[in-house]
Amino acid sequence: MSKIANAFDHGKAFIGFVTGGDPTLELSEQYILAMARAGADLIEIGIPFSDPIAEGATIQEANLRALRAGSTVEKIFGLAGRARAQIQTPLVFLTYLNPVYRYGYEAFFARCAAVGVDGIIIPDLPFEEQGELRDICAANGVDLISLIAPTSKQRIAEIARCATGFLYAVSSMGVTGVRSELNSGLPGMIQLAKATAKIPVAVGFGVSSPAQAKAIAQYADGVIVGSAIVKLVEQYGEAAEPHIDRYVREMKQAIG
Amino acid sequence: MSAGRFGEYGGQYIPETLMNEIHALEQAYAHYKDDPAFVAELDGLLKEYAGRPSLLYDAKKLTAALGGARVYLKREDLNHTGSHKINNVLGQALLARRMGKTRVIAETGAGQHGVATATAAALLGLECEIFMGREDTERQALNVYRMELLGAKVHPVTSGTMTLKDAVNETMREWVSRTADTHYVLGSVMGPHPFPTIVRDFQSVISREARAQILEREGKLPAAVIACVGGGSNAMGMFYHFIPDKQVRLIGCEAAGKGVDTQLHAATIARGETGVFHGMKSLFCQNSEGQIAPVYSISAGLDYPGIGPEHANLHATGRAEYVPVTDDEAVDAFEFLARTEGIICAVESAHAVAHARKIVPAMSSNDSIILCLSGRGDKDVAAIARYKGREIHE
Repeated sequence: MSKIANAFDHGKAFIGFVTGGDPTLELSEQYILAMARAGADLIEIGIPFSDPIAEGATIQEANLRALRAGSTVEKIFGLAGRARAQIQTPLVFLTYLNPVYRYGYEAFFARCAAVGVDGIIIPDLPFEEQGELRDICAANGVDLISLIAPTSKQRIAEIARCATGFLYAVSSMGVTGVRSELNSGLPGMIQLAKATAKIPVAVGFGVSSPAQAKAIAQYADGVIVGSAIVKLVEQYGEAAEPHIDRYVREMKQAIG
Repeated sequence: MSAGRFGEYGGQYIPETLMNEIHALEQAYAHYKDDPAFVAELDGLLKEYAGRPSLLYDAKKLTAALGGARVYLKREDLNHTGSHKINNVLGQALLARRMGKTRVIAETGAGQHGVATATAAALLGLECEIFMGREDTERQALNVYRMELLGAKVHPVTSGTMTLKDAVNETMREWVSRTADTHYVLGSVMGPHPFPTIVRDFQSVISREARAQILEREGKLPAAVIACVGGGSNAMGMFYHFIPDKQVRLIGCEAAGKGVDTQLHAATIARGETGVFHGMKSLFCQNSEGQIAPVYSISAGLDYPGIGPEHANLHATGRAEYVPVTDDEAVDAFEFLARTEGIICAVESAHAVAHARKIVPAMSSNDSIILCLSGRGDKDVAAIARYKGREIHE
């Protein structure tokens, strides 16, 4: 059992995301620690990619800010390692396949294990293509986290059966970004997954308000927030920490 | 490993949200490609609407000027809408309609694929939206207006480098947002399976015709076929039916921009490395971190950091050869062909003309080559004038 299971063993989980190196490596480290202190149960660290096709404008911009500021895969391993030395919160990477491929699969996941990264989410690696990573991830104790989407339908059972860590339920059609309304089929989707496998299911894409989080927590094991936190970084830059702290506490309280 | 591989290249590296849709496309294509009614409807449109078969033109003056092998031009520039793009677009638009889709979306670089898609959409009564890098909407303003005349909505893409790569990103983002009524008419032999196969099959009409035409004229196969390569659709179409003919050299000409030793090129085979992007494992111009590199070419249609997976495999297996051609060489060839044969070709196609000028003189006059003239050059005239230091108002 991986460390990720701990994120879900004391009530509903709040999962927060920051892009590694946005606006600088030091500040993103500070924001990761702040989220952990404010009660985040799991933290996603984005490894920036030049062309993140599953992201909306907010996280696209964060990727470009981080790359312009000199973020590299190696530096983000360093960041994750420093965070791991200070907090127990499970850490997962979110990135696209190409940076992982270029680093080399074996080397990449060995480094994950060495610095204490517990899982990885790769939006452009669907179930059918996971084969090239599955064994390497398992050998290094890194959970390869699968996604299910509103269009997944008959695929959900098979994906859930093979899922490790947690299952990432994409709330709506489209890319990441704050939305006022989420897909009404979401509870059914999650029910289908839970009927197949005993795995926590967390909902992401479009979630920003405490009210949304509270509603989701009625039927899911956790909520994932990316763009709303990245927006705070975008808006407040180096002064974002108190805003992130307050936001995470609010969200955690809403789902608690 | 998933379906749709060419050696190690290809695959389906796309968000989960699109997986059922892409499987539905695979199934629909597998069914309709052999469906007599579908095939007859497509053949009818290619003949009556697009103007096929395209001519195999015996370019006598070009042959005389180069003094080597006999040069034939496969005149895709004479198709309706002025390029080979119509071959694929008619096929995909018919397929979309059979799948019950009422809306098509597409990326475009130079605007040729966008114009072709807008044309097919107008003809078949489909709603159409085109994504085009803002830089390209400026380089190819006339094509933007053409698409609008045809009833399409054109979205200038302002993310990233604002060129073809970013137009593909945005079209994928749009497709992830809306699949139920929408088909993505991908314009080249790239992207996730089944697109590289679908687009290749629809473009393979080029070599199916050309092979029969050359055998009739020459009584033997050509020594080489040659085409420009961005994503690689006209080249794949030109190569496909010659692949089993081992004695026929297959030559793809990629955009070297200011030179492959500068940062300003789009020479994926010469300078790219294996990676995963835009739904496929293939070769990409990228840095050591796996970040996709900004690329450059005078030709908006070749200004793409990747290449279709079947080309990557033809390169890996040595069946096809790929050569870089610079802006300067392409512009020279553009002017040379205009003066020699009275044909103003697309600056994309001029890359192939430029390479033909290098190799044809050394070839035997008993041999022939076929050059795929993928598009006409009206769209490029103003840009070429600018390149030569003359400002022309379109």
